[in-house]
Amino acid sequence: MEASERRVISVIVVNEASVLSRITDLFSGRGYNITSLTVAPIPDSRYSRLTIVTSGSIRVIEQITKQLHKLIPVLRVYEHADLVEKEMALVKFPVTENITDISTLCEAYNGKIVNVGENVIIVMVADEPKRVDNFLQVIKRYNPKEIVRSGAVALER
Amino acid sequence: MQINGAQMVIEALIAEGVDTVFGYPGGAIMNVYDEIYKQNDFKHILTRHEQASVHAAEGYSKASGKVGVAMITSGPGFTNAVTGLADAYMDSIPLVVISGQVPMSLIGTDAFQEIDAVGISRSCTKHNYLVTDAKDLGRILKEAFHIASTGRPGPVHVDIPKDVTAQIAEFDYSLELNLETYKPHVKGNPRQIKKAMEAISKAKRPLFYLGGGIINADAAYEVRDLVHKTGIPAVETFMARGTLSHDDDLLISMLGMHGSYAANMAMSETDLVIGLGARFDDRVTGKLSEFAKNAGVIHVDIDPASISKLVNADYPIVGDVKNVVKEMLELSSEIKSEKYSSWRDTINQFDELHPLAYHEDTDRIKPQWVIERVGELLGDSANISTDVGQHQMWSAQFYPFTRPRQWISSGGLGTMGFGFPAAIGVKSACPEKISVNFTGDGSILMNCQELMTAVEQKLPVINIILNNNFLGMVRQWQTMFYDKRHSETDLSVQPDFVKLSEAFGGIGYRVKTKDEFDAALKDAVEKNIVAFIDVVVERMENVMPMVPSGGSLFNMMLLEKKEK
Ligand SMILES: Cc1ncc(C[n+]2csc(CCOP(=O)(O)OP(=O)(O)O)c2C)c(N)n1
Repeated sequence: MEASERRVISVIVVNEASVLSRITDLFSGRGYNITSLTVAPIPDSRYSRLTIVTSGSIRVIEQITKQLHKLIPVLRVYEHADLVEKEMALVKFPVTENITDISTLCEAYNGKIVNVGENVIIVMVADEPKRVDNFLQVIKRYNPKEIVRSGAVALER
Repeated sequence: MQINGAQMVIEALIAEGVDTVFGYPGGAIMNVYDEIYKQNDFKHILTRHEQASVHAAEGYSKASGKVGVAMITSGPGFTNAVTGLADAYMDSIPLVVISGQVPMSLIGTDAFQEIDAVGISRSCTKHNYLVTDAKDLGRILKEAFHIASTGRPGPVHVDIPKDVTAQIAEFDYSLELNLETYKPHVKGNPRQIKKAMEAISKAKRPLFYLGGGIINADAAYEVRDLVHKTGIPAVETFMARGTLSHDDDLLISMLGMHGSYAANMAMSETDLVIGLGARFDDRVTGKLSEFAKNAGVIHVDIDPASISKLVNADYPIVGDVKNVVKEMLELSSEIKSEKYSSWRDTINQFDELHPLAYHEDTDRIKPQWVIERVGELLGDSANISTDVGQHQMWSAQFYPFTRPRQWISSGGLGTMGFGFPAAIGVKSACPEKISVNFTGDGSILMNCQELMTAVEQKLPVINIILNNNFLGMVRQWQTMFYDKRHSETDLSVQPDFVKLSEAFGGIGYRVKTKDEFDAALKDAVEKNIVAFIDVVVERMENVMPMVPSGGSLFNMMLLEKKEK
């Protein structure tokens, strides 16, 4: 087995019906991995940008980029080498937990409290995916009730 | 001009120069069929099954080099056609397949004969469209023909809801295409081509590895020039048969699972593989880690994703093989043909050691003999299509092909039932050639209803059934690798193929001797109507030689030598 690497790939596609399913079908049909996928329109253009976090051997990653490029609505495929990568997480805690501690922790991970309700508080952090991992590890002791992660977005430096 | 969607389809087909459409009507596509009724610019051939519509369009395209067109209705019409789409996709055949869809207002309601057609076809087409507004239809059809026929060719599917075919909108087919995201690389990088030529001139035992992409690109005659000018021997893939003529001294036959000993040994001994329009299919390479182990690899392909997918290319060249070969020709004067004479001798010795052959050791006709005999009697005057199985491999091994587009067979998908409808398409594209379909007693039953199409359209395809009372190819694997447990491959119970053909208005022959075969073939050619020649052949014959799947090319199972 060749070693598997984590890779971030950006794909610029024409904004049209079913273009996202073309991409995801390619991954499922050829047995490639998707760790996360984010997508949104590129402002003032007819394109959208997808950020796909995937893993595979060098040969597999090369095939992923080539096969993506073969899809007709795909304009460009970037396989990033040197990039800034961010991911967001929202976490819900019971208000009974130590809010000051949680708030301080959030700040350390580029985040803050975004909502305080009668029973729960919701916080957000936005940081590198590895650091979001760490954050989610650390806050375990405050009994998080629900966690959502956004998937990564990335830009070449 | 303002016309409805159905009329747009007709106008587009005419503008594309389409002369033949294969299809089958139904509710959702009826508006288009109504317009087909009113026109006289192209011919519509009603097949008797939608799978056959697409296979016929494939045969037509393979024989003519043009885009094949099939037209079908929604739901079951479309699902029947999926096998054809998948087949065309695997073999890079340019098609435009137009299907009807339920009206827009009913999409997503599980309406009568609704199916998510574009969802299904996504994985087996080069591209597909659901047309939601008639004003887009002209552009979409123009894109469809363009995408199908350029770059690596392939099938494009256009799904049109019934109300869109009735909708009236502006239509102007002279519009310019603006596909900024689709720009196939057709010109090879000159520096890379130069490097490849230098590598060739340094190689001691170079070998051309010719693939089906050459046929698709209409590059066979340029390739012939390059082979002859350099004096470098060549092996052909299954899909590339006919690139070189069978009597060419530099052709070492087919390689791969059922390739010749010489071809596979040459591939194992070469020090430089010159891959042209070939994709290193697993049936060709055998065990990858042992494939052309000590050789450098030049790989010319229009599809960047084909290059280094399985075998690492030292000299990758993305481009249309015709363009690239022309450039290679210009640089080929450095290469001295005499240099390779001992390499050619070595290969000839391989060939003398284990030539492609068979033993005439039973009372029954050997299937290989039938193919050779048709080759002797019809040769270049016939186009050859096949179904899938042993008969297909023997056809590829033993028919004396003389030209590109003479050989039409389902390679990538291996679709039983392909041969007869494909042959109908071939005959309609090339009426001046005899259309022969080699088939098996299993395969022919998968689309035998096409007898009706062939009779009605006066497309006299000669089906030669190599009847071994078995699903022969599966039976061969069971014999060799499953201790002769012939599970569900015995076809002893059979229809009367003579009567079957006659029931549809064709002609039938049951043949048990060589003389009867010659007479039947002669008669079928003379009578010029669709025929079944049911040939009783040796039941237990195996396709040899063989590389067991996953084995190395140089480790072939060979035909046993018989002492005379
Ligand atoms: C649609 C389809 N179903 C099953 C197969 C698997 N298959 C490959 S060869 C073969 C046997 C073909 O038998 P026949 O047509 O009689 O030809 P023969 O091998 O005897 O020449 C089968 C079942 C296939 N290729 N296609």
